[in-house]
Amino acid sequence: MNGIALTRREFLSSGGALVVSFVLCPRAAAQAGETATRSAEAKLPGSLDKFPMLDSWIRIGADGSVTVFTGKGELGQGIRTALQQIAAEQLAVPFASIAMITADTQRTPNEGYTSGSNSMKDSGTAILNAAAQVRELLVAEASRRLGVAADQLVARDGAVHAPGGKRVGYGELVAGQALHVRAEVQSRFKDAGTRTVMGKPVQRVDIPAKVTGGVAYVQDLRLPGMVHARIVRPPQFGAKLKSLDPGIAEGMPGVMKIVRDGSFVAVVAEKEFQAIRAMRALSDRAVWDVGALPPADVYAQLLQLGSEDKVIHERNGASLGAMTHEATFRRPYQLHGSIGPSCGVALYREGKLEVWTHGQGVFPLRAAIAEMLKMAPDTVHCIHMEGAGCYGHNGADDAAADAALLARALPGTPVRVQWMREEEHSWEPFGPAMVTKVRAALDRSGRISAWEYDVWSNTHSTRPGKAGNLAAGSLVAVPFAPAPAAPIPQPEGGGDRNAIPLYAFASARVTSRFIPTMPLRVSALRGLGAYMNVFSIESFMDELAAAAKADPVEFRLRHLEDGRARDVVAKAAQRFGWTSYRRERDRGRGFAFARYKNLGAYCAIAMEVEVVRETGEIRVGRIACAVDSGDVVNPDGIRNQIEGGVVQSLSWTMYEAVTWDARRITSRDWGRYPIVRFPAVPASLDVDIIDRPMQPFLGTGEAAQGPASAALANAVADAVGVRVRDIPLNPARVKALLGA
Amino acid sequence: MIAIEVNGKVHEVDADPETPLLYVLRNDLALNGTKFGCGLGQCGACTVLVDGKAVFSCMTPISTLGGRRIRTVEGLGTIERPGPMQRAFIEEQAAQCGYCIPGMMMRAQGLLESNPAPSDADIRKALEPNLCRCGTHMRILRAVGRAAQLMKVKA
Repeated sequence: MNGIALTRREFLSSGGALVVSFVLCPRAAAQAGETATRSAEAKLPGSLDKFPMLDSWIRIGADGSVTVFTGKGELGQGIRTALQQIAAEQLAVPFASIAMITADTQRTPNEGYTSGSNSMKDSGTAILNAAAQVRELLVAEASRRLGVAADQLVARDGAVHAPGGKRVGYGELVAGQALHVRAEVQSRFKDAGTRTVMGKPVQRVDIPAKVTGGVAYVQDLRLPGMVHARIVRPPQFGAKLKSLDPGIAEGMPGVMKIVRDGSFVAVVAEKEFQAIRAMRALSDRAVWDVGALPPADVYAQLLQLGSEDKVIHERNGASLGAMTHEATFRRPYQLHGSIGPSCGVALYREGKLEVWTHGQGVFPLRAAIAEMLKMAPDTVHCIHMEGAGCYGHNGADDAAADAALLARALPGTPVRVQWMREEEHSWEPFGPAMVTKVRAALDRSGRISAWEYDVWSNTHSTRPGKAGNLAAGSLVAVPFAPAPAAPIPQPEGGGDRNAIPLYAFASARVTSRFIPTMPLRVSALRGLGAYMNVFSIESFMDELAAAAKADPVEFRLRHLEDGRARDVVAKAAQRFGWTSYRRERDRGRGFAFARYKNLGAYCAIAMEVEVVRETGEIRVGRIACAVDSGDVVNPDGIRNQIEGGVVQSLSWTMYEAVTWDARRITSRDWGRYPIVRFPAVPASLDVDIIDRPMQPFLGTGEAAQGPASAALANAVADAVGVRVRDIPLNPARVKALLGA
Repeated sequence: MIAIEVNGKVHEVDADPETPLLYVLRNDLALNGTKFGCGLGQCGACTVLVDGKAVFSCMTPISTLGGRRIRTVEGLGTIERPGPMQRAFIEEQAAQCGYCIPGMMMRAQGLLESNPAPSDADIRKALEPNLCRCGTHMRILRAVGRAAQLMKVKA
């Protein structure tokens, strides 16, 4: 009966008549080509709009097994667990009975990148609706078979139950057919009050393997006959190979092949340490033509490079008038700094390429690799596996492309490429350096009457999709052109993400000054421009509050109209004990707030610091956070993301800056690029979650980056009266300002 | 061939004596828990116990390990029967990406074996060599504290 449309039935849903068709189809059909073509119709929720067939997301086997598909990947943020919770709840099946399939170019919908705190909004929303609709279809089918009205039936534990004890399992209802049904705009969700899985702190499904030595990361993938490669990495991006002495490595133990394509040089060996030794021998003798790196004062250079300016927000711009306060803020290049350097595994056989990658977008990566290797995209299969946390566009895609290039040079042999620490530190695309300038005026009542804000930044995405955006694609003999640098438009924004304050000002103008020329290779780092813009805006809010002789929390509330924003501000202040705070010498408190992208999660943070005057060292004490992520799926997952975001942002803000000399990046390891270590983490960190059942999911993963940075700077200012406007607030800088 | 004892079992390994223990554990013995992080002794992702002391396996040539007892995270328990340190990390959900966690657990194991009731300050000091980039520090501290409790109950 394969390939035959079986039946067409009607049933009454809460929304009225709904046409349902169960169709048998080959498994692949749901993914291939059947993307949305319904522009005239209403938008479907989340990623359902691009992949509207229910069996793109959910399949039920004849044995009742449930498989859920997502185009997003697990990055350590817990998305696999959260999506599984959503599916279990709405399908009414046991949580543990679901198999989750994540980003894979042959199996899952193309949901682009796992980035921008969009996974819950995109994939979570799609699975929420698809699961609810599948459940309703199953209930309708059970109603027909049992001859019992649908409203008398209950879906529970993978079966539909009728009064009197009759039940039909999902597997039996579907009988092996795919649920090849187009999704509807409206879904009938289970009542929030009856939830048993959503909203609960379900333990992460990936943690047990990670703490017991299971295969958990692409780094752990060990294919039969797999060999090891290392790249002979040029001293810096854009360098060209002048000469190489392959003879030095050819006779070394285990060395199988030295691959050279232009300035791309790699060595493949039977064993990993053999590859490392050969790589070092080759590196010692390789001669490179290197271009000039930017001057030490990159900010001055950035401002001279020329920008494409765009006013992204204007309110009563004509009446901005004279400004009474002004400040400039600077943020250096910063690293993603994954603890596990990037890794990729690839196998080329019979004209087809398989690539295992921890990159954030398997479909764009497939396009880039196919272009680089001049292969048809459908002959390249990219499979996501976890890596160490990436926090944005790091070396993952590059390592995958390295592996792909080498696998094609060794047909039939799986090749594993592991980047070295120095490679990751100097070749990953950095978070861009930025400059912001803010001017404002206060009126007599202590309100901000005028606000003018400018942000200078490179692009915040050079992600592949194009071969020229891959490190290997830029090194090969006939290099590929990268995609032209472009700003990410509002409302999400790139460099100007969160440049528009959520506060209500009588008049305001915000200008995004996009710099197309990139002195160093840059791309997306967690939060993009939001980290710097929130640092700037929230630092300046405190400066203005001080000028207005107002309490910083009260001053923010004065300008906040959004009720949910006010709620998180009040909650964080309450948890911290803001109004009863007693100041001790050299200790102070700071507050900051933002709604990520002005459309994601709301996050407010209060913290206490102590500044050691003799050294300039900042000691972080108590921290209280409040977050509103909309409908809460996994409260512990949200808490974990906020805790992690705060600590990571404190590390960025207290310590981190990429450094370089004329020839190379010098911050090539953890000694020369220090990050936070245990003795310096906060004394305590509390997160309060404001749940909004049945409201849209609001992305949380990047919500804390901005507020944590400004809360720190505000606390330092409160403690010792020093306003630090340049990141990082490292001891040398703080001490210099204290002495001045 | 070089003989090394890992988690109570002696293995004959065919590798250059200069090979760092990390690569032998991961590739020759197929033990995934010990991670490559920096190869420089700066991050602790590769931490294992040698005769009860935490060492960087990325910096330890196998030639130096004859007759010494090596323990990795696989020696603390299994996914079916996790040991107290592993249970504590699961119960506290003390991981984001989790890549640094096995190294953290081994260093913490070494701490608790020499100091069964460490203070919060002791734990912070002991874990200083190990880096976490996800910012899971607060949970890791709690998990080590919980592991100390679990071990006490067991003892």
